[in-house]
Formats: sequence, C-alpha cells, structure tokens
Amino acid sequence: MQKEVIVAGFGGQGVLFAGQVLTYAALHQGLEVTWIPSYGPEMRGGTANCTVVIADEEIGSPLVKKPTAVIALNLPSLNKYEKLVQPGGVLIVNQSMVDRIPERSDVTLVLIPANDIADELGSSKMLNMVVVGALLAHFPVVTLDSVEKALSEHLPAKHQHLLSLNGEALRRGYDFASQHAAVPA
Amino acid sequence: MTRELWKGNNAIAEAAVRAGLEAYFGYPITPQTEVLEYLSRRMPELGRVFVQAESELGAINMVYGAACTGVRVMSTSSSPGVSLMLEGLSYIAGTEVPAVLVNVMRGGPGLGNIAPAQGDYKQAVHGGGHGDYRQIVLAPASIQEAVDLMVLSFDLAEKYRTIVMLILDGSIGQMMEPVEMPPMQKVRRRDWDWATRGRDQHPNGERRFLTSIYLDPIEEEKTNLRLLKRWNIIQANEVRYKDYFLEDAEFVVIGFGTAGRVALSAVRAARAKGIKVGLFRPVTVSPFPFDAVRELVPRTRGFLVVEMNTGQMLDDVQVAIRGRVPIEFYGRPGGVVPLPEDILAEIERLSSDILSVDRDPRQEWFKRMSALTPAG
Amino acid sequence: MVMTTSTDKLIYTRPTAFTETPTHYCPGCTHGIAHRLVAEVLEEMGVIEKTIGVAPVGCSVFAYNYFNTDFVEAPHGRAPAMATGIKRVLPDRVVFTYQGDGDLASIGMGEIVAAAARGEQLTVIFINNANFGMTGGQMAPTTLPGQKTSSSPAGREVSTQGYPIKVAELLATLDGASYVVRRSMHDPANIRKAKKAVRIAFETQVQGLGFSLVELLSTCPTNWGMTPVKALDFVAEQMIPVYPLGDYKVSPAVAVLKI
Repeated sequence: MQKEVIVAGFGGQGVLFAGQVLTYAALHQGLEVTWIPSYGPEMRGGTANCTVVIADEEIGSPLVKKPTAVIALNLPSLNKYEKLVQPGGVLIVNQSMVDRIPERSDVTLVLIPANDIADELGSSKMLNMVVVGALLAHFPVVTLDSVEKALSEHLPAKHQHLLSLNGEALRRGYDFASQHAAVPA
Repeated sequence: MTRELWKGNNAIAEAAVRAGLEAYFGYPITPQTEVLEYLSRRMPELGRVFVQAESELGAINMVYGAACTGVRVMSTSSSPGVSLMLEGLSYIAGTEVPAVLVNVMRGGPGLGNIAPAQGDYKQAVHGGGHGDYRQIVLAPASIQEAVDLMVLSFDLAEKYRTIVMLILDGSIGQMMEPVEMPPMQKVRRRDWDWATRGRDQHPNGERRFLTSIYLDPIEEEKTNLRLLKRWNIIQANEVRYKDYFLEDAEFVVIGFGTAGRVALSAVRAARAKGIKVGLFRPVTVSPFPFDAVRELVPRTRGFLVVEMNTGQMLDDVQVAIRGRVPIEFYGRPGGVVPLPEDILAEIERLSSDILSVDRDPRQEWFKRMSALTPAG
Repeated sequence: MVMTTSTDKLIYTRPTAFTETPTHYCPGCTHGIAHRLVAEVLEEMGVIEKTIGVAPVGCSVFAYNYFNTDFVEAPHGRAPAMATGIKRVLPDRVVFTYQGDGDLASIGMGEIVAAAARGEQLTVIFINNANFGMTGGQMAPTTLPGQKTSSSPAGREVSTQGYPIKVAELLATLDGASYVVRRSMHDPANIRKAKKAVRIAFETQVQGLGFSLVELLSTCPTNWGMTPVKALDFVAEQMIPVYPLGDYKVSPAVAVLKI
C-alpha cells in the first residue's frame, strides 16, 4: 500500500503544516511516511507545496508525479495539479480561492469554501485544518482520530490554545466533504 | 524504541550530538543551514563548543585545530562551501587526524541553485583537495540511514584517523521521516597517542607535533603509501551497500542516495509489470563496492546507472564491470530530481532494447536528453 | 663544554622552552630573536607543558621544530582559525600562533580579523618584515611604498600596488581585541620592550582577558639584499616611520595587569 498527498497553495495558508499533521498521524498509526516541502526562494511570498507519502513498506521516492490525492488551496495549485491526480484519487479544492469548476470526473472531487468555513469558526488560520478534514472523509489511510492526536501533540506551544478550534475545523471540513462530494461513477 | 518525526538536517545534528560531538564549526549555506541553527542551541545547552565561523575556510580550519586535540568534531556545508573547505581537507588528510564533514549537496557548478543534486560525487570520491589521499564517503538515502551513518562516521574517522564525509542531497536535508534516534553516548575525551593536548597531558610528557609537511620526497612517498595501506584496510572492511530484489534479477539498477531510493519505486513498478529487475544501492560510495558490483556481472543482462548528475558514479560502475555487460545511464543534473516514472521508462527500455557493451552510456543518454532538453 | 665554577655568573642559556634543534633562519634574521622572546616568556610563566603553538606557512613554517611545546602546522593564513579550534575545546591551554606578514596580512587577513573580532583567547606573534621571505622576497601587503622586491622590481608603486597594511592599527579598531601593540627588534632596548609586550600578551590570554597580538618589526637581510647591520638600520630608519611603535589597544583590564 502506498498513498500520496500533495498540499499546495500560497505561502501563509498553512500548506506545510497541513502536510505535517498528516505525516504525524501516519506515524502514530505505525506507518512509513515521508514529508518533503518545496524550499528556498520559491517559498518566499510565492507558492508553497509539500508531498506526503504514506506506505506500509520502505518508501522509495519522496516525490511523485501522480499523487493519490491533491489539496489545492488556490487557483495556480489547481491548474498545476488537477491533471496529475491519479484516476480514482481525491481532489480537494478550496472553492473560496478558485473561480473555475475542475474538469476531472474520474476523481472524487470536493469543492469546499474553506476560507468561509474558517472565517465562520472565527479564525482564517483554520483554513488548512478544514481542508485536511475534508481530505480525511475520502482518504481512509489516516483517521480523524490520529490527526487530532497528532495536532494535540505537535501544535506549536504558542498555538496550543487553538487546539479545540483546530479540532472543530477538522470536523467541519470532514462533515462538509462527507456530504458534498462528487464521486466518479 | 519510539520513532519520532525528524527533519533531515535537524536529525543529523542531533545524531552527531548523541555520537559525542564535542565541537562544531560551521557557516550558513542553504540547504544545510538548519544543522548550524540546531547546534547553535543544542551544543551550548550541553556545555559543548559551537562557533559560527567567518567562512567555510575558517570553519574547516577550526575543525582541523580541534581534530588535532583528539575530540569528536565536525562541520557541515553545502556544495559551494565544501569547495572552499577543500584546502583544509587536504591538510587534515595529510596530518592524519579524524574529522567528519557533511555535504548537503545542491545544484552547481558555481552558485548553481539550492535544489537537491549529486554533482559533488567526483569531488567527494575522486577529487577533493590537492595531493594523493582518499576519504570515506557515505551516501544515505533516508533520514534514518543518515542518522545511523552520522554516528558511524565518528567511529570510522577515529578508527582510521581519516576524513569521513557524509553526502546527502538537499531533499534529505529538508524532508521529514520517522527516525529512531541512537542513544546518547558519553563524551569520552580520549588521549590518543597522537593528539596535541599539551605536554602535561601526554604519558611521558613528550612533545608532540602534528603536521602535513614532509619536505623529503622519500618521506612524503612513505606517507602516501601509508595512507594507501590504510585505505586498503578500509576497502577490505568498510564497504557497505543495500540491495533489493536481486535474487532473480536479470537487470540491475544502481543508484545512491535520493536517486537510489527513487529508483526503488521504479523497480517496484517494473516488477509489477513482470520485469525481473533489482536495485543495488551503494551506501559507501568511497570505498566503492567494486567487488559486490562485479559479482553481479555473470547473472546480469544489463545495468542501469541512475544519478542526479551527468554520470559521475557511472565511471566507477564501468570500472567495476569492465565492459563485460552493457551499461545504460539515466541522469538528471542541475537540481532536478528524477521521478519514478522516468526511471521506469528507462528500465522498460533496458529490458526491450538491444543492449551492447559498445554503447557509451553517457553519450547515448545525452542524445536522448538532448531531444527533450536542448543543451544549446 | 665550558665548565662553570661557583664564582662564574651564568648570563645566557638556552631557554627550556626550546629544543636543541638549530634554526634554519638566515644570518641576521630576527626570527631567532622573536622565537627566543616567546621561549623565555613561556619558561618564565611556567606554561611550557600546557602550551600548544600553531605554526604558519612562511619562513617560520618549521617553528614547531624549535619550541619544546606541542605544536601544529596550519595551512597558509589559517593559523588563527586552527588556534580557535584548539582553544575552544581546550580552554585551559595556552595557544599561540606565530605568523609572518604574508601569512597573516595577505592570505590570512580574514582569519585574523575574525579571530580578533570574536575576542578569541589567543596570543598572536606577528612578524612584519615587509616581504614574503620564504618564497624569495616578493612584495607583501606590508612592503613599504617604493620598496623594491622581486615582484615589485621598480619599487612598490602605490597607485597600482596599493599601500601598506598597518595590522596593529587595523586590529586595534576591533572591540574583541584586548592587547594590540607594535614593537621592533632592531636594538637591545627595543628587544627588551618587545619581550615585555610578549609577556603581557601571554598574560592577557592566561588571565582570560581576550585576544592579544604583538607585531614585531623584523629584518630580512637576505631578501632585502643587505648586511645584517644595514638591515637593522633599515628597520629603524625606513620601517618605523611607516609603522610607528606603540600600544594601539590596551583594554582597561590588561592595563592594570601586574607583571
């Protein structure tokens, strides 16, 4: 078994931490996992992405051309990664930042207004947890439980007061995606 | 033991600390700067030495000085910084003191870029500083392996009074993986019989000096031969590699570090398509596992060398195989990381093409590459 | 061997900080005097057995043969970095570098400035003889304006070859430097002053008061093409006007040192 997730968006959208939360969760479940970010100048003010590979055996490449799942937090990310999602995979799109409808019909597609949900929760920073929750509804390799456990253990100390809000964001995303997904025939 | 998630650069820093690192001297350069930052906090916390040097030149000579006192010492850098350190490395080799250096390689030559690359293989394995010396070069492909080899580096450096260089590329430095950290070793100040720690620290109060100068060519020749003799022992005892699916393999992919682990994904995919292919991943690229590669010759129809450069380890593989079996090459230089699909395509070509020992693997690859990426 | 009786007064002997190896220096060269000053000071301070010297590349590359202390041999110009590595892991040792002007002021300027700026607890003995001695008398950063050398045959032309670097003045600007002085070795009175400075420099280190450097104006009769006596005159008449003797930096803590 091997599954891959690419999380992509603007710097500041919590892209890297979203990937790390999935990584910690996989570790808690005793799986093999790699997390690799884009790094360097391309991070500064531009787009950011990270790739998480989860497997039950020694992981080869930490980078993949065709991931099982993609979380696209903005339009450039959707444009870049939509075509790369494996058929039968999952595409989570932050509808708040995208003004077009994805074309893929062979993947499980979730269009989620993640910014709006985060704002409703009272913190736009919750955006990344909303989309992670949305992914988990259709990506049963890591569980909501282990993600929440990962959060409680690895949320930086200065953000620990936001733990319950992060949990709430995860569940809102999860619930939304459970009800609003276009599943391939 | 519990596994924890570690970023590669932080992980090797902590592993070095646990191996008894007493002094670190470094200079910031992407993509290894996290090692310096981590140790700037961690070393003083333990009452150990940390100095941010004025340059890589300064850093390697601080390493050289500290190494002369017999303590476990290291520096870390990335490609352009390592070029600056070559002078010091040659002196360290000539003085026969143990030192550990990590090169988190990036794209080059020149300023290049900060993307993961393996363009410093030749510098580490065949080149380096001036004069006739060799150094142990270890090439981990995962963070766990980097951690384990980091600890081994200090043991090997002391055992053979040699330089041990760990070469990893930027992706291993920047990625995160679960790691089982080694236990914390006690710092043991060993009064080696060669270390210059002041006469009152030596058993007979004798005067010691450490130098790389041998003005009499006969003495220098003896020194060169002594180094080679030691190298022969290293070659006989310290070769390390990992292999995958070789039992029934008709084709063998050879790659080190990140290129090797990407190749693992490709080999698995090829196996799923029924191609009998295996992977040979050198862990010590110096000493290179010549004998182990040579042993594959009688039962292998063709080799594919995969590197993140234009074919540097390829030369060593060719020396090992001596033209007896066809070799093909696939490389992505300049900071491009190959993807499993790319290598899978090469494996498929390997298993269908008419291979020949007369083909020049680098030139054949260059023709295919030129079609995709005109070299200008 | 000359026998001494109880009425004889021993006025000269080899410092115990020296080995019995004869030096390779040219007749009239003041390296021997500078070595002796260091050796006498190490002996007087009782630190021979805890001293580690760092030799340069230059005429004094073999310094490690002459001192009866532990020694290491640095790459050209890198002695302050190597000494930093030693001193940081062995802070109770006495660590000194002995460097010429090519080594310290040309190729090694980065290392010396950085070590002084960090306030490393090191002592640097800096030999300024206005040329590269070992390679045969080429122009050094310290070569005087108009001075002929084998690589400035028409005399140092400052418009194209630049001006002398005044190391003591330059390093004295650094907050990390605690004791930076220039002395000369061209006559006995100046040699006595030089020795006192070397002593203060080592005391500065032993007391943990910071970085210390003594610049010693030296002769190079062979490469200057002068007799030893003329060379001493050259220091007095030509070098000192460009490189004035004096205390360029004496930190308050060093100023009150009782020697």
